[in-house]
Amino acid sequence: MEPTLTFFSGFGVNDLWFLGEAALRTMWISVLSISLGTVIGVLFGWLLYEGKLTAALTVAPVLDVFRSVPLIIQLVLFYNFAPIVGLNLDAFASGVVILTIYTAALVANVARGGIEAVDTSMRRAARSLGMTYWQDLRHVVLPIGGRAVFPAWVGVALGVMKDSALVSVLGYVELLKASQILITRTQEPFLILSVAGAFYFALSYPISRYAASLEKRWAQ
Amino acid sequence: MFDYNFHWRPVMKSLPDLIDAALLTLQVAVLSMAIGIIIGLCLALIRLHMKGPLYWFATSWVEVARNTPALFQLFFFGFGLGAFGLHLSPYLIVLAGLTFNCAGYLAENFRGGFQAIPETQIRASRSLGMTAWQAYTRVVIPQVFRIVYHPVTNQMVWAVLMSSLGMLVGFRELSGETQFFASRTFRIFEYFAVTAVIYYVIVKIILGASRLMAARLFRY
Repeated sequence: MEPTLTFFSGFGVNDLWFLGEAALRTMWISVLSISLGTVIGVLFGWLLYEGKLTAALTVAPVLDVFRSVPLIIQLVLFYNFAPIVGLNLDAFASGVVILTIYTAALVANVARGGIEAVDTSMRRAARSLGMTYWQDLRHVVLPIGGRAVFPAWVGVALGVMKDSALVSVLGYVELLKASQILITRTQEPFLILSVAGAFYFALSYPISRYAASLEKRWAQ
Repeated sequence: MFDYNFHWRPVMKSLPDLIDAALLTLQVAVLSMAIGIIIGLCLALIRLHMKGPLYWFATSWVEVARNTPALFQLFFFGFGLGAFGLHLSPYLIVLAGLTFNCAGYLAENFRGGFQAIPETQIRASRSLGMTAWQAYTRVVIPQVFRIVYHPVTNQMVWAVLMSSLGMLVGFRELSGETQFFASRTFRIFEYFAVTAVIYYVIVKIILGASRLMAARLFRY
């Protein structure tokens, strides 16, 4: 007997558009949280370096919590905590907030490592040449320390990009969520997951290779 | 603004169940790390010493594991393989996904460790009359072990954190169990807050234990 009604339709070209749009959303939420998180993280890293004991007792344990609790738990927790204190955030906003703090917690350590990578004698020399503290940070620490930890920062950024897939738990339709929606309709999990995986790979692989080649060039 | 009543009693009542689930989390993480270390070691040695199809197999394993989200890998083992009629249980999905991911990351760590040992050491030990096996187990491996010790403990922490993704494929480890209870009682915030604390404690125990072990292992 011929089926008169089909519930599932195959994977078509416009579904590729749907996935592409979702990939853009993944990129958008990642770029936003990585840039915000990097700025805040560098600030925290500087605090950790300069503040010594005070920072070690205040900032460091808080950042440590964000590194020791699974991101998915953080997301669910924040998403359900925000309404308690009267904030009305949608999935995207909650995702950005948590991903930003998570990035900042990871970047803080990287940034501190970067400042520590600059020789004290070099900084003393800069100061004795008449540079102010900020000039020293801007013209000596940033170029030298930044170079030392740039590969580590790329690793953090790529990690956050991949972890942004977890925001789908809150209902934000990014790449992985979109692929799940398509799987439900088309019943072709293998094909669609492969396409989604290829998207992620295409986003992540070139950047990681570029960072690796930069690292090699700078090491010479 | 703050008119939410916290109810901790249901959480405290199901705390024993959560602890049991935490042990399951730990079990799957340890198991995936153990298998991951063996596979990672093989992948690293293949990438260092072999050419041809084996090399490409190992390289694509490592690159896919490192450049796609862990959640995607889990979904792939969960739903993607279903297309071939291979239906794994939630436990196996998480175990396979975590092992795949850990093996990829560990392989890169091991490769870096092996590359850090100058080849002249192997030649020197060979000319002292050691067999290749002896040179590896007595000269190379002890040094590599020292180099990769900290990355491997970090990976262990990541494995615990990543196992929380089991919640999304229906595995009742700590996160899955928490979600189960949370959706039964609607005390989402309270449950996930307690779970966050449990994860934090687990991570701290792992890091503390690894530090103690390092102090004993690397005394000189």
